[in-house]
Amino acid sequence: MIDRSTPPMKSLYQQLILDHYRNPRNRGELDDRTVEIHMRNPTCGDEIKLQLRIEDDRIADLKFLGDGCSISQASVSMMTTILKGRSLDDAHQVSRRFTEMMHGDEDAARDSELGNLRTLAGVAKFPVRIKCALLGFDALQEAMKKSRGEHDHPTESER
Amino acid sequence: MASPVIPPPAPAGERLDPEAVRGDFPVLHQEVNGRPLVYLDNAATSQTPVQVLDAISNYYRRDNANVHRGLHELSRRSTDAYEGARARVARWLGTDDAAEIIWTRGATEAINLVAHSWGLAHLEEGDEILLTEVEHHSNLVPWQMVARRTGARLRYLELDEHGQLELEPLAEILSGGRVKIAAVSHVSNALGTINPVAEIVGQVHSAGGVVLVDGAQGAAHAPVNVAELGADFYVCSGHKMCGPTGIGVLWGRRELLEEMPPYQGGGEMIDEVERDHSTWADLPHKFEAGTPNIAGAVAMAAALEYLEALGPERILAHEQHLVSRTLDALREIPGVRLFGPPDPAHRAGVVSFTMKGAHPHDIATILDSEGVAIRAGHHCAQLVMKRYGVSATARASFYLYNTDQEVDRLVAGLASVQEIFG
Ligand SMILES: Cc1ncc(COP(=O)(O)O)c(C=O)c1O
Repeated sequence: MIDRSTPPMKSLYQQLILDHYRNPRNRGELDDRTVEIHMRNPTCGDEIKLQLRIEDDRIADLKFLGDGCSISQASVSMMTTILKGRSLDDAHQVSRRFTEMMHGDEDAARDSELGNLRTLAGVAKFPVRIKCALLGFDALQEAMKKSRGEHDHPTESER
Repeated sequence: MASPVIPPPAPAGERLDPEAVRGDFPVLHQEVNGRPLVYLDNAATSQTPVQVLDAISNYYRRDNANVHRGLHELSRRSTDAYEGARARVARWLGTDDAAEIIWTRGATEAINLVAHSWGLAHLEEGDEILLTEVEHHSNLVPWQMVARRTGARLRYLELDEHGQLELEPLAEILSGGRVKIAAVSHVSNALGTINPVAEIVGQVHSAGGVVLVDGAQGAAHAPVNVAELGADFYVCSGHKMCGPTGIGVLWGRRELLEEMPPYQGGGEMIDEVERDHSTWADLPHKFEAGTPNIAGAVAMAAALEYLEALGPERILAHEQHLVSRTLDALREIPGVRLFGPPDPAHRAGVVSFTMKGAHPHDIATILDSEGVAIRAGHHCAQLVMKRYGVSATARASFYLYNTDQEVDRLVAGLASVQEIFG
């Protein structure tokens, strides 16, 4: 997805990313949610509240509220568009592939499963920003665990 | 030990010439992302001149030994260097009594020392600790911990819209007669504001309280004289003032330090050790358990020599000049919000700002791609962020080696931010 001829900043901040940052999709509160996770990156202050309605091992709906940089907010916005209506297995798969892409896996960066999220492949070259891109997926992982009744560590709202 | 090379003092009254000192800072002479580095993150940590690097290297090459222990030549030299450095810091801070200078790991450890040693000995349920909204977490969290243990209550001075502390409620707060200690920063790391510390000290003293001044951003950027300031404790960190990391200082008034219990136990800090108790060494050693950071102390003294030769007044004037240039340029950029006092005379070398439509992290990444290093985030001052309703700001912070051209590079970088996010 990265055009090698464009300067690094233009390839990091692609139009689609800026569009999701300015006009986030699925932003808001989900009234009939079954699980909610609040995630914060303490070093930089980025925050995401992710709400899902999980029915029959499917993400029937999901919404988020957040505050943070373009990368963290665009990433979670794109994630919601891709995962709505998908099975939890699919969600795990997308999450795994996205993480691989963030660690520089070129195959993952071409995987059509990731859809628009592939525009974020350039973040892999900015190690300090990888955490930003992963914040939404970290919240997703926690939410799926919580909904299975497993708790790795207490979430923000439970502390 | 040979003393480090000291730059000849420039004629008084003349402006500091940053080009003339840049040669002393090897780290500044490199390219980052294909552009000459512009280092504007000095409030986080400052860079180190060769004079200080040499002091560290010379200490380890020639004099290294444990202090106060050996009867041999090297131990004598290292002890002399270590105690000489203490006397140097005492002079810098304006006290004659070197025993009032305690070496610590930094400002944070110095504050923790006072909070735990003085605080746990003096604070009781119902007492009050006066803080301010502008404090660094280092000057908040230790007090919160001590408040929890003693039942003391935290009170706060608040910020006005221009990043200055509102002193009006102070008399009211003090009138309760319960404020035992106030802990206030000299200069804000998040906003650059030079706080009215002398005024606060005066009022708190009249009400019978003591005052700790967090000088992490103070002593580095402005002349300090603790006698004139009138405070009871003053803390600073070497790495904010051309010294190395891992060394800092607590200054305290002798009467207070003398009656305070030790903070940590170990070697160096005892007089006599029995099976079930010990007696303490005299000041300052009572508070310096274990082998100290000797090279760090020696290097911090070298840093003070360096700053002294340039002149603290001139350093502050230079920073204010750069702040003024930056504020003027940033005011011209639509969508920029500036934090802190509008008048550069009320601040040291810090400019905190946000840009509409571009998050501070994105600003920092774009600037970094052009070789310009700034900080973005809450700057360990979340109460400041909350006060102004933001989660983060971008912060450029200047020091003696920054130039007008570097300010212009920052401003040019912000044009790139606008191009992408505007
Ligand atoms: C105002 C202020 N206080 C305290 C500190 C803590 O200093 P250190 O981390 O060196 O202990 C800092 C450093 O960021 C600071 O800016």
